[in-house]
Parts: sequence; structure tokens; C-alpha cells
Amino acid sequence: MSKQIKVALIGNPNTGKTSVFNQLTGLKQKVGNYPGITVEKKEGICKLPRGVKAHILDLPGTYSLNTTSLDESVVVELLLNKNDKDYPDVAVVISDVENLKRNLLLFTQIKDLKIPVILVINMADRMNRKGISLDIDLLEEKLDTKIALVSTRKGTGIDRLKELIANYKSLSSSPNIDTTVIAPEYFDKLKATFPNEDLYKLWLVITQDVNFMPIEKNPISIPASFKTKSKSELKRLQQKETILRYQFINGILKQAYKVDLNAAKGLRATADKILTHKIFGYLIFFLILLAIFQAIYDWSSYPMDFIDELFATGSEWVKDTLPPGVFTDLIAEGILAGIGGVVIFIPQIAFLFLFIALLEESGYMSRVVFLMDRLMRPFGLSGKSVVPLISGTACAIPAIMATRTIENWKERLITILVTPFTTCSARLPVYLIIIALVIPDGRFLGLSYQALTLMLLYLLGFGAAIFSAMILNKIMKIKTKTFFVMEMPNYKLPLLKNVGYTVLEKTKSFVLGAGKIILAISIILWFLGSNGYSDDFYNAEEIVNQKIETEGFTDFNLQNMESSLTAYQAALQDSMALQGYELDKQALTDSLRTKATELRQKAKNQEVASYKLENSYMGLAGKAIAPLVHPLGYDWKIGIAVLTSFAAREVFVGTLATIYSVGSDEEDTIKNRMSAEIDPVTKKPLFNLASGISILLFYAFAMQCMSTLAIVKRETNSWKWPTAQLVFMSLFAYIVALIAYQILK
Amino acid sequence: MATTVAQLKRGQRGIIKEFADGVLPVKLMEMGCLPGNEITLVQVAPLKDPIYINCNGTHIAIRRSVASLIELEIIEDSPL
Ligand SMILES: Nc1nc2c(ncn2[C@@H]2O[C@H](COP(=O)(O)OP(=O)(O)OP(=O)(O)O)[C@@H](O)[C@H]2O)c(=O)[nH]1
Ligand SMILES: [Mg+2]
Repeated sequence: MSKQIKVALIGNPNTGKTSVFNQLTGLKQKVGNYPGITVEKKEGICKLPRGVKAHILDLPGTYSLNTTSLDESVVVELLLNKNDKDYPDVAVVISDVENLKRNLLLFTQIKDLKIPVILVINMADRMNRKGISLDIDLLEEKLDTKIALVSTRKGTGIDRLKELIANYKSLSSSPNIDTTVIAPEYFDKLKATFPNEDLYKLWLVITQDVNFMPIEKNPISIPASFKTKSKSELKRLQQKETILRYQFINGILKQAYKVDLNAAKGLRATADKILTHKIFGYLIFFLILLAIFQAIYDWSSYPMDFIDELFATGSEWVKDTLPPGVFTDLIAEGILAGIGGVVIFIPQIAFLFLFIALLEESGYMSRVVFLMDRLMRPFGLSGKSVVPLISGTACAIPAIMATRTIENWKERLITILVTPFTTCSARLPVYLIIIALVIPDGRFLGLSYQALTLMLLYLLGFGAAIFSAMILNKIMKIKTKTFFVMEMPNYKLPLLKNVGYTVLEKTKSFVLGAGKIILAISIILWFLGSNGYSDDFYNAEEIVNQKIETEGFTDFNLQNMESSLTAYQAALQDSMALQGYELDKQALTDSLRTKATELRQKAKNQEVASYKLENSYMGLAGKAIAPLVHPLGYDWKIGIAVLTSFAAREVFVGTLATIYSVGSDEEDTIKNRMSAEIDPVTKKPLFNLASGISILLFYAFAMQCMSTLAIVKRETNSWKWPTAQLVFMSLFAYIVALIAYQILK
Repeated sequence: MATTVAQLKRGQRGIIKEFADGVLPVKLMEMGCLPGNEITLVQVAPLKDPIYINCNGTHIAIRRSVASLIELEIIEDSPL
């Protein structure tokens, strides 16, 4: 077997590197019209002509090899280290035909590292409408490279690119520009000290930390004497180098690149005028957000009701079909109930992902950054913090990764620390079910109260993030230079395929990720809930029977039976009347009596089951934590659900579903079960306005997500920050929920 | 006092003058803000900051503090 060719895709942000990567490898990495979608290395395999294979590396975008932010440094670290296992045999520089000049800067730098380079000029489909014409042969000659003119949207040019990669050995690897002319003496000295090293590479290593610190592995150790040049001197030289490169590029493009301005048309100017307008800009942003919430509510209720029913029937079916026993119970009560608790939220979560993907693909996101930058600054945040805060509404994990594009470490750290306050999709299941239970129906200005409550919760999360950012900004003493440059990409019609993949992939990973945790927790809970050791647990049936004989049913069950019976009678009479029968008195009493016995049996089973649950291992554990959660208005079951959701928030609904399912004899929808719960002391529904609001607030603020803590640890490189997050956020959540309940009850 | 990008009005254009060494972030230059190139002010965000410029075909947003470091010669016949 021949060795794989190692290929690295390099280029400015937003030029289509990931799109080319996806075309070459058939993978579906995320693509978006926002500079800085890719912040980590991604790998894939590509089949080339003649049975050759290539190992393709997708990299974050960078404007040059002089890095200023963490995502950019990934590229430089790779190119400076020949021993890196991913060090490329050939670099493919992806450029955007509309910004060719700027893109070529990076190209010449990589060329000067003496790595074989192929130039991809992407977005060829846009040449016509922008009036661009190219002389490819001339460009190839002057740049001393091979060029593939590609459009990933149309799928053209990819075959040529594959051909070029397969023949990479024939590429020239001589440099474009002699950098040493910017400071001949300095470079002479360097050469004398390191006769075996490449000068341009040395220069890059020396200047790496001028703009940005943490390059972790320094491949060559440079004696201190070469750092004698002060930072500002080095910076001046870097500027000289940049000008030199642009002179070279301009000389070439003058001949080979023509733009016919008359042919160029674009809605960019008009769209920008409106979308970044002082007043309309904000208004539109606000309306878009509002529309998203209304849509999440109105559009997804139908599929949700359907899924809810499906799982209820599914559990019923399993119980009826499989032989009765422990295993069947586990499936029906433990697993199905738990999973159903999450699957039901797929429609809403998919809608949320859809809207975020649309905002990113259209190019609107950068405009939001522009609008928000000044407003965010007093809070120690940057306009670029808005993107993590918005994409945090899907999930905090990619959001925290997205902070890598923020150049300023303090702004970045604050963004990382406050992002978990934004309402992520894992909170959505909890919010939705509680809102449905405790917030009345009704509309205000055409928007339902429930949608408004949801919107308020989102604003609350956002407000908490901003507020804590402000405090952090005050107390953190980190000195960094502020410096902000944001490219504003052209507007693009979102590509349905890209958006579709993004939504599909994200939804899938949400369900699978949550599914795994929920599966495990459901099984454990089910076991703890259906086993016990005390006499009370084993003799539950007798004890309850005795209690019913002496004290009768609980009030709640009595009422319940009565109302079911009346409903049954009404239904019976209706259907008889419909079919034209006159109902015979005797028959009616008979069937009512049968129904009553049936209902009594049901109620009895229900009471036995819940008595058993209370005395199971789980019940005992729950009672132990009850004093802690009681002041918040929760019973022990909710307490258990809150506790388990410290692993992941979405577990809450699944846990309650499992608990109620074990604790009842009937399969019913999750919502019905929850609304039927009553507080044993007050005899009122357990989920009322006070306890509901208390739960909502707790979930709004508490830090309940292991994965987020892990990612914060990784991105800040210390346990200090995630620990602080966990403690402060959860304590704060407890206090707020406590106050809310005590006031409202 | 010299005119800088921070003083441009919407739609106004100017040519970047030579600037003092080492003041501007290198990244800006890499994006095309070099002496001799033309800058158009596209849009100013509310509260006058940041500003949105078109420099030689590259559309970027920068903060006012950085913009006030870029000196230029205003082209009078603007706009269009
Ligand atoms: N018209 C057109 N648009 C394209 C083409 N290739 C990519 N795009 C769009 O360009 C945008 C950026 O694409 P990505 O593949 O995410 O770019 P990237 O270089 O990986 O970006 P970062 O990871 O952010 O650095 C997306 O909106 C794509 O849909 C093309 O050939 N034609
Ligand atoms: Mg990418």
C-alpha cells in the first residue's frame, strides 16, 4: 500500500475551505457565511485518481502567518513544525475570487516556507455577476504554482484539484519573495547563527509572539540575542514585509485580474444600509428574534403532540406484547419513558438550529456583531461575543469553542464564563413542559402568553450573562490591548443543502448525546425506583389495601374517579343518541357500575405503586434531599430530577417521566402525568405557578452540564474557572428560586 | 491636525497616507489597509462606533480607536 498524501487546506476565513473539504472527502463538516466557523483541525480521506489516497486536513481560516488569535495559531503551529504528524506534503491555499488580492498574501507566505502549494480560486460561480475575469495561465506562471478554478456550489473544478493533488511532486517549491530585503543585516546575522535553518521560518518563529502569545510548542529555540530587537521594531519589520508582499501581488494582478465594474451588481450596499441602520437595524434584529420564538411555539406543537402520543402508545404496546417481567418493565417504564422525554423536543430544537444556521449562512451574523460591538464593550465583551451568546442558545459547547475568534484574552475569558447563562436547547424541554403546565393560555398582542414567557426566559438568560460580564469586567485585573477587526462577508442566499446538513447533524448529536446519558440515568433510576429493602416496600399492597378500607381513597383519587365517571356517562349517552338508540336504564347503571369498579381498581393500583415508590431506594434518597428542595416548592421527586440533571439539564423531564411511570400503573403522556401530581400537604397541583416559576428560574441560572464544564476547563486550561462557574451559578440559582417561590406561594 | 478615517462621513472616500511605523495592527495591513489604497466609509454603528469601511474591496468593521490611527487624504468629489 502506498503512503497517503498529506494535504492541508489553508486560506483566509470564509473562503470556502470547509466546503472544499466536504467536496473532497464526502464528509459534512459545518459550513457558514461567517469568518471563523471552523476553529479546530478536522481530518478526512479523499480518493484520488489512479488509486492514490490523500489525507485531508481542514484548518481554521487565517489572514496571514502572523497570528492574532487562537484559532489562527493552529495553522502556524502546524506549518512551523516539520515533525508534526500532520505536517503537509502539499498545502492547498483556498482563495475567494472576489478577494483574491488579500488571499494571495497568505499564499506567498506559505510559498516562502518552501512547501509545495496548489492555489484554489473558489466561488467561480460569482465571477459573472461581479464582472471578474482572470488570466489563469499568467497567474500560474507568475505565482509559480498550479491553479484550480473551483466552485463548490456548482461542483466544478474539483476533479482538476484532485488531479493536481495526485501530481503534487511536480509542483515547484521555490519561494515567491525574498523576505530578507526588509532588513538585510538582521537576516545575515540570523543566517550566520543558524546555517541549517530556513530564514523565513526562523523569522516567523521569532515574530510569533509579537501580536499574540500562546504558541505552545516552539519548534526551534532561538537564543535570546535575536529577541534583542524590541517588539515594536519587529512589528515594523512585519509591516514592511506586508507591504513588500502586496507590491508583488499588485504587480501580478494588474495584468491577470480584471473587474468590470459596470457588470458588477450586488444588493450588498442596499441591504447593509437597512440591516446596519441605527434604528431599523436593531428593530429588524429584534423582530427576527421575536419571530423565531413564535415559530418555535406555533409550528412545532403538532409534531410534538404526535411524538408524545407515539411514546405513550409505544410503552403501552411493549407492556401488552412482551411477556410481563422485570425486563419489560425496564423497557416500558425506564427506557421508553426516559427517551420519550427528550425525543419529544426534537421539533423545537430542530427549528432553533434551523434559524441559527440561516442567520449564519446568509451573512447576517457579522452585521449583528457590528451593531452590538459598542453596546457590549461596557460589559467587558466584544461584538464578537454576540455570536457565542446567540449560538449558545443551541448549545454552550460549540459556543465556547466559537470564542476562539476573539482576539482579546480578557474579552474571550469573560465570554466563556458567561456563555452558559444563555438559554441552551437542553433547557428548552424543561421550560416548555413547565410553561405548558403553569402558564395560562391566552394572547397578548397576538403573541401567546406561553411564547412570551419563553422569550422572557431567553432575555433573562441573556441579561444574566451581560450582568455577570459587567461584574467580571470590574473585578478581573487582566491587562490586554483591545483590538478588533471583523470582516463583513457578502450576503449569500443560504444553500439549502448546507443548512439542512447543519440542522440534521446538530439535532442528531443532541439526541444521541442526550440519549446516552438519559438511557443510563433512566436505567439506574428505574432500578432504584422499583427496588427497596424495607417491610413497607415489600408489603405495600397490603398496607395500602388496609388504608383504603379504613380511610378510603385520597381526596384527589376520589375526585378523579368521580369526574371520569361523569365523563364516561356523558360519552355513553352521546354515542347512543348519535346512533338513535334509546338507552335502557338498567343497561346504563350496569355499565356505569362496571366502569366504577374498573376505576376503583385503577386508583388502588395507582396508590400501591406510588406507595411502593415512596419506600423504594429512590424514595428514601429523595426524602433525604427533600428538606433542601422543599423551600423551593419541590417535592422529593422533583428534587431527584433536579439532582440528576446536574449531569445534563434535559435529563429533568426524562427523570420525572421515569419516576412517574414507575409510580403509576397507567401509561399516559408525560404532561398529563405531571399535571395530575398533587402536593400531599396542600392537596393542590404540585406544578403550580409558584413552584413552576421557581423551577424555571433555577434552570435559567444553574450550571448543570458536565460537558460544558469540561470544555471550559479545556479552553481556559485550568480547573479554576469551571469550578467557579459551577459554584456561583448554582448557588445563585438556588437563592433566586428560593426567593421567587417564597414570594409567589 | 491630520484627517483620519475616524473623521470620514458616510459615503466619503479617502486615500491612505503613509503612516508612522508600528502604530497600526499588522492584521489591518494584511487585510489591505496600506498606504495609497482607497478607503470608503460604508456605515457607522449607533453611538458612532465601530465603523464599517470598504478598503480596496475588503469590507471590514473596525473600532474608532483604531480608525483614528489611519491618516488619509479625503477625495473631494465623493460620493460616487
Ligand atoms: N457562491 C459560492 N459560495 C460558496 C462557495 N463555496 C463556499 N461558499 C459559501 O461560502 C461560505 C463560507 O464557506 P465555508 O466552507 O464555511 O468557509 P471556510 O473557509 O471553511 O470558513 P471558516 O471556517 O469560517 O474559515 C458559506 O456560506 C458557503 O456556502 C462557492 O463555490 N460559491
Ligand atoms: Mg471552515
